[in-house]
Amino acid sequence: MGIVSLVSLYIIPVIIGFILIYGTLKKVPTYEAFVEGGKEGINIAFSIIPYLVGMLVSISIFRASGAMDFFVEFLRPALQFIGVPAEIAPLAIIRPISGTAALGMTTDLIATYGPDSFIGRLASTLQGSTDTTFYVLTVYFGAVGIKKMGDALKVGLLADLVGIIASLVIVTLIFGY
Amino acid sequence: MVNIIWVLMTIIGIVFAIINGTIEQVNEAVFKGAKEAVTICIGLISILVFWLGLMRIAQDAGLLQKLANLFQPIVKRLFPEVPVNHPAMGYILSNMMANLFGLGNAATPMGIKAMEQLRELNGGSTEASRSMITFLAINTSSLTLIPTTVIAIRMTYDSASPTEIVGTTLVATFASTVGAIMIDRYFHYRRTRKKGGK
Repeated sequence: MGIVSLVSLYIIPVIIGFILIYGTLKKVPTYEAFVEGGKEGINIAFSIIPYLVGMLVSISIFRASGAMDFFVEFLRPALQFIGVPAEIAPLAIIRPISGTAALGMTTDLIATYGPDSFIGRLASTLQGSTDTTFYVLTVYFGAVGIKKMGDALKVGLLADLVGIIASLVIVTLIFGY
Repeated sequence: MVNIIWVLMTIIGIVFAIINGTIEQVNEAVFKGAKEAVTICIGLISILVFWLGLMRIAQDAGLLQKLANLFQPIVKRLFPEVPVNHPAMGYILSNMMANLFGLGNAATPMGIKAMEQLRELNGGSTEASRSMITFLAINTSSLTLIPTTVIAIRMTYDSASPTEIVGTTLVATFASTVGAIMIDRYFHYRRTRKKGGK
């Protein structure tokens, strides 16, 4: 399991170095290309502001009112039985439905429990390892006019479930509960 | 669906606050939540700019194309109905590469192009073909190499090691992708059996 933390530590610097060397060898104007691509990053960051404001305000209300605690306590016995912290349940439910909403929940969980807590690490892993099934389905099928989706939704949601279980198992194994 | 959840969460919260007498905290939460969201987005700029800048170099250098060629043998087996030299294959591979490197914006148009080609391969039918379902399964299980946004959020909240979750994310994403492919194959097997075998 030491290998996983080792990969975590080295993968980013190695990728950065490799891309820069490769780009230079291929005579790409590296700095200019970097700046061009970077501009897109600014657009993305600004474009998600409304999504995140909407979701975080809603979560804040839900939490501050005491409704979140009620909901979490209600689910706790059942989830504890299978070894899942109840706090993660709202994120697991919303992840397949909306990416930006899930991003808001992940942010909220990290802010509340700390990035280096079990819940913080689990939320981080979960956010990165599953995607918004409903969004992908709607956009991809919608764009080309597919009306009968067959087993696509079932397959997508089951894959999300595998991702959630896998995140739980690996985070417990690497960092401990 | 997210509309319903969003409204429900807010309304339940407000009703709860009225019953619980926590309306004052809720008032405060509205403005704190909004402010927090904007702070996060500003914090995201640094890492998004850096990563997308780097990825543009990789793209211009033909690195993504090269990786796509490398993965062709595997992808060929995942999509047995798509001829190797068909444009659909190229779009599928570019979409997967873009997803892998967190180029969400570049991935979506390639994905749509791939779907268009797959629909043509399916005789223009409005029904999802086998390849389309496989393609969606792989997409929804999210192939991610570096979870950029998550790292940025962890940095914002002073994580001792913001990137420590790269490894766990890789393992989890690999498991969910393999799971998605197996689930997809199982449903395909069930469909063909229902129709009385191949």
